[in-house]
Formats: sequence, structure tokens, C-alpha cells
Amino acid sequence: MTDASMQNAEPGRHSVSLMATDEHTRKRARAEKRFRAYGIVAIATGLFFLVVLFTSILKEGIPAFTRTVVSVDFTLTEQQREESEGVLLKTKAYSDLFITALKSKLDERGLNTEVDEVAIERLLGKVGGTIRTFYTQNPDKIGEQIEFDLAASSRVDGYFKGRVSRDTIQDSRFLQKSDLELVDALEEAGIIKQAFNWPFITGADSGVDNPGGAGIGASVIGSFFMMLVVLGLSLPIGVAASIYLEEFAPRNRFTDLIEVNISNLAAVPSIVFGILGLAVFIQFMHLPQSAPLVGGLVLTLMTLPTIIISTRASLKAVPPSIRDAALGVGASKMQAVFHHVLPLAAPGILTGTIIGLAQALGETAPLLLIGMVGFVARGYPDGFLAGFTEPNSAMPAQIYTWAARADAGFYEKAWGGIIILLMFLLTMNIIAIILRRRFERRW
Amino acid sequence: MNDMSRVEKQVDTKDIKLDCRDCQVYYGDTHAIKDVSVDIEDKTVTAFIGPSGCGKSTFLRCLNRMNDTIDIARVEGSFKLDGEDIYDKRVDPVQLRAKVGMVFQKPNPFPKSIYDNVAYGPRIHGLAKNKAELDEIVEKSLRRGAIWDEVKDRLDAPGTGLSGGQQQRLCIARAVATEPEVLLMDEPCSALDPIATAQVEELIDELRSRYSVVIVTHSMQQAARVSQKTAFFYLGNLVEFGETGQIFTNPEDPRTESYITGRIG
Ligand SMILES: Nc1ncnc2c1ncn2[C@@H]1O[C@H](COP(=O)(O)OP(=O)(O)OP(=O)(O)O)[C@@H](O)[C@H]1O
Ligand SMILES: [Mg+2]
Repeated sequence: MTDASMQNAEPGRHSVSLMATDEHTRKRARAEKRFRAYGIVAIATGLFFLVVLFTSILKEGIPAFTRTVVSVDFTLTEQQREESEGVLLKTKAYSDLFITALKSKLDERGLNTEVDEVAIERLLGKVGGTIRTFYTQNPDKIGEQIEFDLAASSRVDGYFKGRVSRDTIQDSRFLQKSDLELVDALEEAGIIKQAFNWPFITGADSGVDNPGGAGIGASVIGSFFMMLVVLGLSLPIGVAASIYLEEFAPRNRFTDLIEVNISNLAAVPSIVFGILGLAVFIQFMHLPQSAPLVGGLVLTLMTLPTIIISTRASLKAVPPSIRDAALGVGASKMQAVFHHVLPLAAPGILTGTIIGLAQALGETAPLLLIGMVGFVARGYPDGFLAGFTEPNSAMPAQIYTWAARADAGFYEKAWGGIIILLMFLLTMNIIAIILRRRFERRW
Repeated sequence: MNDMSRVEKQVDTKDIKLDCRDCQVYYGDTHAIKDVSVDIEDKTVTAFIGPSGCGKSTFLRCLNRMNDTIDIARVEGSFKLDGEDIYDKRVDPVQLRAKVGMVFQKPNPFPKSIYDNVAYGPRIHGLAKNKAELDEIVEKSLRRGAIWDEVKDRLDAPGTGLSGGQQQRLCIARAVATEPEVLLMDEPCSALDPIATAQVEELIDELRSRYSVVIVTHSMQQAARVSQKTAFFYLGNLVEFGETGQIFTNPEDPRTESYITGRIG
């Protein structure tokens, strides 16, 4: 009966029951299913690579956050100090005192291992000097028991982390096979142990043969100051330029030309900006080399197109009816833009800015050209303003420098640096998300 | 010729608020308004009718220079508000728009609270000295927009959260809050139900006692109900302009008659 009435209503259609899907509908349903499957496969592939990336970064990078330390309780009496200061080889005297203390520790445990001075130097570096410096700086600590945490050399560290083993070790001035006996004994006595590697996070770059002492802290500061410059320049300039181009500028050949150029700039390889920075900021304007200020300027040039393009897109996305409404009640163009359009575009502008900043944060090539290479990150700037002008490096350049060094110990540092870089990025993103929530239209 | 003399008589008795002569509007190469001359009288409701695309909105937007915001639009002719040319170089369109308010076809409240929507105009024009005065303006405007009773308990709620009809009345309230002398309304009732439409029409009638109102409408009944003068546009031309009663009962031009009786449009 239904069929009959349907046939009457639409003579062109075949009468079919709704319960049975026809071939055409089935085909569409299949296409839809297939498309969904493609989507899921694409997402799964993406996630898979992400997981692979993160596990490998974590696996390689986590060891950089621990270090091997020899921790010894040591007491220096006033008399011992005077005696040591009296002799010609002062640091050797301190070193002897330390070795005696170490030896007695081992003896307490009934571990009778040979502890000779040269082996200790290979394991811990110049112990005497370290101890002497400590007591000259803290004379009040004389007579007290102090726990010294001395960093073990990179080979010893490698031995604990599996980089160096008994089979692969070759006797060298850095470490000898026989030293490993001592290391094992120290470990059994609980003197040598793994500790969190604060110096890696807070420290500065070290020499090429001292991977154990290398830290990323100074270059984190360098990156931070560069980001300040980039944010402080590219956000206001970028937003002002976009507002002008989008809301005020007449549409003519000239603005078209500007538009095309901005789009092209966004695609210029970063090394070009680097060489431009070298020529303009350093050679022509004589700004200091290796300074985060110059790095920030170069990265600003790179970030501006990104911010302008995304800001313009988000301004464009604000419905014109809002502008009409504001103009209709007698707002000036600027009032319409600043009271109504800009707040609505703010989340989009923030997203663009954060993408631009993230790009700038990870940029290495232009920094190498203006001398912000890893090995200049030898210390912290003295004071806030000096942070802009004193030679420093940036995280990616530091990581690049480490990755290029011969000593295997630096390899792990490079991965560790990447973890810190990603954490920096994550923090930036979280701040952006919080800000965006705040700006987001609540209705 | 008979009704021409009638129009003239009207002109004698009422002040002309807006005097538009030989207006042309071009969108690029498109000639959207051709040789239109209209006198908008003070304390009168003037209705613009005509088929879709005939240029009603375009002409309406000339009256407060909203066409300035369209890059490709070019306006020619003379538009005089109280004898002053509104397209004169010395005129700031911002000041003009405070005098000539507008309600748009599509409700476009700001994504802000109901209160802020209405208070925005008075605020930027400095109409209220303090919060109490502003509150008063907001309440008065919302009452005149026939929406006060519905929103008085939720002035902090977002204006965009209202229904389409409520939004349009909010927009009307926003437009009257700045005390314009002329109010342009582009199909203000196209999103409203009959009750809200009746309220808006009542409002228009009330506004007439102080302002001059220009309303674009697709509803013949509405034009007949609210307006005293009616202009019929067709393909960018002003075909006929005169007393509403005259236009609807005894149109001069055959095109007007066909449109009113539903044969074209
Ligand atoms: N921004 C614009 N750019 C180009 N052409 C336009 C623009 N706005 C309107 N036009 C053209 O101008 C003519 C008149 O349009 P207008 O919007 O004034 O018509 P209308 O009478 O208001 O129609 P409706 O009753 O459908 O609102 C139309 O042909 C339209 O295509
Ligand atoms: Mg229209």
C-alpha cells in the first residue's frame, strides 16, 4: 500500500522498501567506510611514528640526566691543612689525604683493593685541586665532616651506562682495564653511585674531552633571551602589519605586491636569514657576535611572515557582520577593529604566534652563521640585560655542537638536550593554551 | 500628475530630513543604482520595496555611508542631511553614523553581554556620565526594542545566545541607544515571528514621533501598515515614490502595480 502511494507521488522512482538498502546507497556507505578506514590508518601511522620518536628520544636521552658520582665522607683537620699548605705540591698533599680516606673506607668493608693516585686521577680527575679549592672558599668547614660528591670521568660513567665494557675497553690515558677492578670495589662499598645530573641542567658547555661536565643550562638561557626578543618584536610588528593590511590598506598593486612578498618570505630557507643577519646586524650594524639579541633579530625576520599570515587569516575569519555592527552604531574603524575584531581573532593570532615561536626555537642553521655555536655557551650572563648581549648559544645549536663531537659521551648529552628542548616547547605551548582559553569567546 | 501635487503638498508641510538627488552607485562595472532621487521626510516612516536584487539595501547603505566599507562600491550624487552634504570631504562617516543608525538584515549582536551590546554605542559616544545613567539608557533602549521583559534578568548573558528574533530586537535596541535622528532598517523583521514583528512595527510607529525611519521590507502588508511614504525600486531604478496609500491603491506605473499584485518579483 505504501509502495502504491509512493509510486503515485513520484512516478520516476522505483518503489523500494526502506528496510532494504539499494545498490546506490550501499555503494555510498562502502565509500564512507573506506574513507573512515583511511583516516584511522593515517592517524595510527602518525601515532606510531610519534611513539617511536618519543621512545627513542627517551631511551637515548634519559641517561644524560643521571651521572656517576663518587661520594666520600671526608674530614680535614686544621693540622692537616697547615701541613698540606706547607709543602711544595699542595694539591698532591690534599689528594693523598683523600686517597687515604678512600682507602680506609674500602678497608672498613674488607675490600682490599689497590688504590693508586694515577688511577684515581683517571677516575675522578684532579681530586686534590677540587678539595683545596673547596676549603679555601669555605674555611669554616675545616674540622667538619663533609660529604664530597665527585663526578666520575666520562669513561667510568660510560661503564655504568653500558657504553664501555670490559671487552671493549682499551688501555688509554683516560681509563685502563685495571681501573675497572677499583670501580667495582667502589661500587660494592657503595661509594660510587648514580645521582641526578643537576650540572647537566644548570651547567654550561665544557671542553671537547669532558662530556661529563657539559650542561645545557647556559644555552637554555640563551634560547630564552632569544625568544624574548622574537616575541617582543614579531608579535607587535606582525599583528600591527596584519591589521593594517587586512583592515585599513587599500587593495591595489602595491599591497598585492607586499602580500606576495610576505608569502614568499615565509618560504625562504632559514640559512638565508642567517647570512642576512650576519651581513646586516653584525658586519654592517656592528652588533656583538654570538649575542642572543642578534639571534633574536634574525629569528624575528623568520617568524614575522608566519605571524602575519596566520593573523591575517584569523582576522579574515571574523564575520564582516561584526564590523558592520560596530560601524553601524558609529564606532570608528579603529574602534571596530580593537573592540570587536581583534578580541575575536586573538585565539587564532596566539596559535600562529606559538607556531612561529616554536619554529624559531628549533632553528639552528641561522644561529651557526652568526656565531651562536655551542662552545660559546661557557657560562651564565651577568645580569638581565647582559643576557641579550653576552655571547651565548641556543639549545638547538648546543645540541648540534654536541652531536658533532667525537667523544661518545656527548652523544647522550645531545639526546638529553633534545628532551630539555621539547620540555621548553611544551611549556610554551601550555602557556599558549592557557592564554587562548582566556581569550576564547565564551559564547 | 495628480499625485505629484500631493507629494509636493506633503513636502510643504513636513521638513525634509534627507534629500537625495541623482544618486548612482556602481559595484565595479555594475551600475546598481541609477539616477535615484528621494526625499526622506522627518518624523515619517519611508518604506523601500522591490524585488530581490533591485538595490534597496545598496541605496539604504548610501544614507549612512556604509558603502564606504566596500572597496569596489562607488557612490555619486548628492545626499543632504538637514541641508549638509554627507559625502562632503569634511564629514567624518563616524559622526554621520551616530546620527543615522542602522539595523541590519541579519541579526548581528556583538559576542558580548546583552548589556554591553546596548551600552557600546553610548559608551563610545560618551552619552552617559556615569554607570547609573548608562543603566538607564540600556533599560530604556531595551524597552523600546520590545525585549526588556525577556532579558531584564539576564543582562550579563551573551547577546549571541538569544533566539534570532530576540537578537534582532536587541540590535534595534542597540541602534536606538545612540539616539539617532534617522534609523535605517534593512528587512528588520525577516527573522521575526508575527508577534515580534508586531512589536517591532509598534516600535517603528513610536519612533516616528521623533525620528525619521527608513525601512526595507519584502512584505507589502508591512509596508502598508507602518509607512507613510513608499518607494518602489526595480532593477536599480526608482520607479515610483509617493504616499503609501496612493502606491498601494492606485499606483501610477504598471510595474508597481504588477509587483504589488504579485506578478513580478
Ligand atoms: N558587495 C557587493 N559587491 C558587488 N555587487 C553587489 C554587492 N552588493 C550588492 N551587489 C549587487 O547590487 C545589486 C543590488 O543589491 P542589493 O543588495 O542592494 O539588493 P536588495 O534590493 O537589497 O535585494 P534583497 O531584497 O535580496 O536584499 C545586486 O545586483 C547585487 O548583486
Ligand atoms: Mg537587501
